[in-house]
Amino acid sequence: MNDFSRAFSAALELILRGDAELLAIVLLSLKVSFSAAVIGFALGAPCGAALALWRFPGRRLLIALANALLGLPPVVVGLFVYLLLTRSGPLGSLGWLFTPAAMIFAQTILTLPIIIALSHRACEAVWSQHGDSLRIVGATRLRAVPMVLAMARTGLVTAFIAAFGRAIAEVGAIIIVGGNIRGHTRTMTTSIALETSRGELALALGLGIILIAISLAVSVAALLLAPAGKR
Amino acid sequence: MRKFRASIILGAFSLIAAGAAQAQERFITLASTTSTEQSGLFDTLLPAFRAATGITVRVVAVGTGQALAIGARGDADALLVHDRVGEDKFVTEGHGIDRRDVMFNDFVIVGPKNDPAGIRGLKDAKEAFSRIAKTSSPFASRGDDSGTHRMELRFWKTAGVALGGKPQWYRELGQGMGPTLNTAAGLNAYVLADRATWANFRNRRDLDILSEGDLALYNPYGSILVNPAKGAHIKAADAKIWHEWLTSPSGRRTLASFRINNEQLFFPLPPEPTN
Repeated sequence: MNDFSRAFSAALELILRGDAELLAIVLLSLKVSFSAAVIGFALGAPCGAALALWRFPGRRLLIALANALLGLPPVVVGLFVYLLLTRSGPLGSLGWLFTPAAMIFAQTILTLPIIIALSHRACEAVWSQHGDSLRIVGATRLRAVPMVLAMARTGLVTAFIAAFGRAIAEVGAIIIVGGNIRGHTRTMTTSIALETSRGELALALGLGIILIAISLAVSVAALLLAPAGKR
Repeated sequence: MRKFRASIILGAFSLIAAGAAQAQERFITLASTTSTEQSGLFDTLLPAFRAATGITVRVVAVGTGQALAIGARGDADALLVHDRVGEDKFVTEGHGIDRRDVMFNDFVIVGPKNDPAGIRGLKDAKEAFSRIAKTSSPFASRGDDSGTHRMELRFWKTAGVALGGKPQWYRELGQGMGPTLNTAAGLNAYVLADRATWANFRNRRDLDILSEGDLALYNPYGSILVNPAKGAHIKAADAKIWHEWLTSPSGRRTLASFRINNEQLFFPLPPEPTN
């Protein structure tokens, strides 16, 4: 019990002190994971809609694949991206390794299956319910995509929040491709890993409490923002 | 909806662009070990270097084996590691140049206070390892091809202990120094640790230093420049400034000034000439 109360007071102290380094770490975590979720969403939601609206060979395989990759281990993604971005790898000339760009890249890969699988499910429900009427008013499938996405927005918000949650919580991928460099690529989760290594368990758990509070705030904000998207 | 989405995407890209702009400071990438990072040495060393030269050092702290691999791929500009055999191999294979001694600290054998292997106060590290094996006392090994792990394996070898059969008491963790200490504290196991990480480690529970002071536990660190022939992206000039500073009198003074609880943990190499 003592450990937990020390963790809470560590969290409280960090917040009250307004620690500048902590603020930079929090902002970097938000920036990386939010960017990954947005890019993943921009790429994945149209794919999810396409999987719901069109029938083509290999479609079911792609859906199964997206669902299977929900459990993609972050450390494997990290290793994969590391080997792409290393100077002696195929994308080495970008110079992204050990930068936030590499972390966004890796987390985007992690968010894609979530967004594709969940947006597919949301769009499929809309399409099976309203697809016929949309076609009767003369919409082609292509023109129906934005309408279906708009009608499926509740499910899409869930997909976005789930993707963001996956990104902000993971440590396995970004610690490999970001390198946990202080002041440059250190995030909430990599700090927690580092403080755990130092045996500073109360501080590590305190950081974890702050991370959970931030995730909570972002989810609430996303849910509140969603109705603003109504036309 | 579309406008909303467009604006958040735009927002994300501007965030990324801001990150790219921020990345234009003058920096080098240093691959180093968990012991230097987790002990807090870099918190003393890097600000002093930056004040002297204006160069930021970005430290990627991993095991020595991984640090050497990062260097071999050309993903760092300089290395600060501790495995003399691996360092020399790195240089002879053409990955690095100009290896220099920087400093040393030492390893300690940490274990449970009730000391089932009876090694407390023993100076002979080889004998300590042999007693741990004889009493089948739990031992937590890094198992991660780090400099510490490589040293531990050499001790088992000289003590004539065969680990081939994966004995029950020998736990190979595949973790950094800190996580290994956490696990050892939970298992009440013996563990080989570098003094700096131990000094800065808070979750000790029932563990204590039981054996120390053997010359064989001496742990020298070397600085190596990654071979500039690996490509134009290697910041050879700035890495050289770091390399020179680290081995200069002011670099040596700075690293000798690092203390935890008034204990000096890293000693410049070669030792100051007494004049």
